[in-house]
Amino acid sequence: MLHDALLVAGKDLRLEARSRVTTNLVAPFAVMVLLLFAFALDDADVLVSATPGLFWITVLFAALLAIQRAFSIESADGTGDALRLSGLDPAGVFLGKAGAVVVQLLALEVLLGIGVALLYGASLGGPVLLVATALAATVGVAAAGSLYGVLAAGLRIGATLLPLLLLPVVAPVLIAATQAFIAAAQGVPGEGWRWFGLLAVFALIYITFGIFAFESLLEES
Amino acid sequence: MEPLIHFRGAVSLLGRFPALAGVDLDVAGGEIVLLQGPNGAGKTTLLRCCAGLVPVVDGTATVLGHDLRRSRKAVRSRVGLLGHASGLYDELTVEDNVRFWSRAAKARPVDVDAAMAQLGLDGRLRDVPVARLSAGQRRRTALAVLVARRPELWLLDEPHAGLDVDGRDLVDRLVGEAARAGATVLIASHDHDRAVAIADRCVTIAGGIVVAAPVPEVVRAP
Repeated sequence: MLHDALLVAGKDLRLEARSRVTTNLVAPFAVMVLLLFAFALDDADVLVSATPGLFWITVLFAALLAIQRAFSIESADGTGDALRLSGLDPAGVFLGKAGAVVVQLLALEVLLGIGVALLYGASLGGPVLLVATALAATVGVAAAGSLYGVLAAGLRIGATLLPLLLLPVVAPVLIAATQAFIAAAQGVPGEGWRWFGLLAVFALIYITFGIFAFESLLEES
Repeated sequence: MEPLIHFRGAVSLLGRFPALAGVDLDVAGGEIVLLQGPNGAGKTTLLRCCAGLVPVVDGTATVLGHDLRRSRKAVRSRVGLLGHASGLYDELTVEDNVRFWSRAAKARPVDVDAAMAQLGLDGRLRDVPVARLSAGQRRRTALAVLVARRPELWLLDEPHAGLDVDGRDLVDRLVGEAARAGATVLIASHDHDRAVAIADRCVTIAGGIVVAAPVPEVVRAP
């Protein structure tokens, strides 16, 4: 399973390196969303206090694009059939797809972190909690996104359906990650680690569910 | 000898439409069989059933010893399907594609290199993204994946389509070599003269049923 996961993740990241969709489209989109929030709120104090929420909303929007992209390539020109015939362990495919999305989103979050520091003047307190929260939240979003991504990929209205399916499901991630970031900024990491626990449980549930359910979903896509 | 493919009254549906309406077919190991018939006859569906991609909902269907009605997924890693679509990633290079799919099938690296050389993909085409290839070059790349995987059962849907004369000759040569190495080959083709020349026998399909299928010696009861 791990061999297959690494193979699929390597392929997806190589594909991204060659197509540069995340670099040329998703990253500029995310930065533009940050800018639009800045223009809309237009108040330094409001922006600083809203930074955690705005950061994670932007990450979720970008995640939708990354997940959609990750699964649209598996339904073009017979690649879906090729994947089913390949002999790859479906659980490995799930972990590989989710892993590649995690790597792309983490890179994007570093960029957005610099963005909110520069644009909103936000300070980055509690670095350990911030990094742990970002990791757990990103893994959760990628795991849940990969499950709904494969489900939507085979449908004619998949691109429209994915946000409708995914955003309600990842709402707990948005809430918990935002609260953990607020706790880190306010210097009360104890409160933040409780929210981190929720994120870790969310990620664990979706990884476990994905390992067992992905084969059926891939079959239906 | 037990046939490698054994279908009796096999039914497969595309939506509510019976694409296969009771197919009877036996294919022995090492045979090269040509499936012929008009468009919409059920040739592609039959190949996809043999690959375990499309379910058989009634009758008997066994491929490589696996009952397709019970465990059609089990047969997948043992067959190679060259369909209408290439099954390649546009943004990846020819080499990336061949290596990825071959490694997924646990093919030996030496077989991958040999397959690329055999298909003429070891030169300047190696580093070209698949999106920039012609239809024939895409076909060659998809064939290279098939050759490197060395499946026990080759399922070829219009394998000559989009290829130049050299490419068509190459397909014929590869099919012959695969059969000599012990693989079984099922070909659906409208290029009748060329396919007949390489096939051991022809099976005619119309309206989702086999209307003419000479029984090979190896499958006949003693």
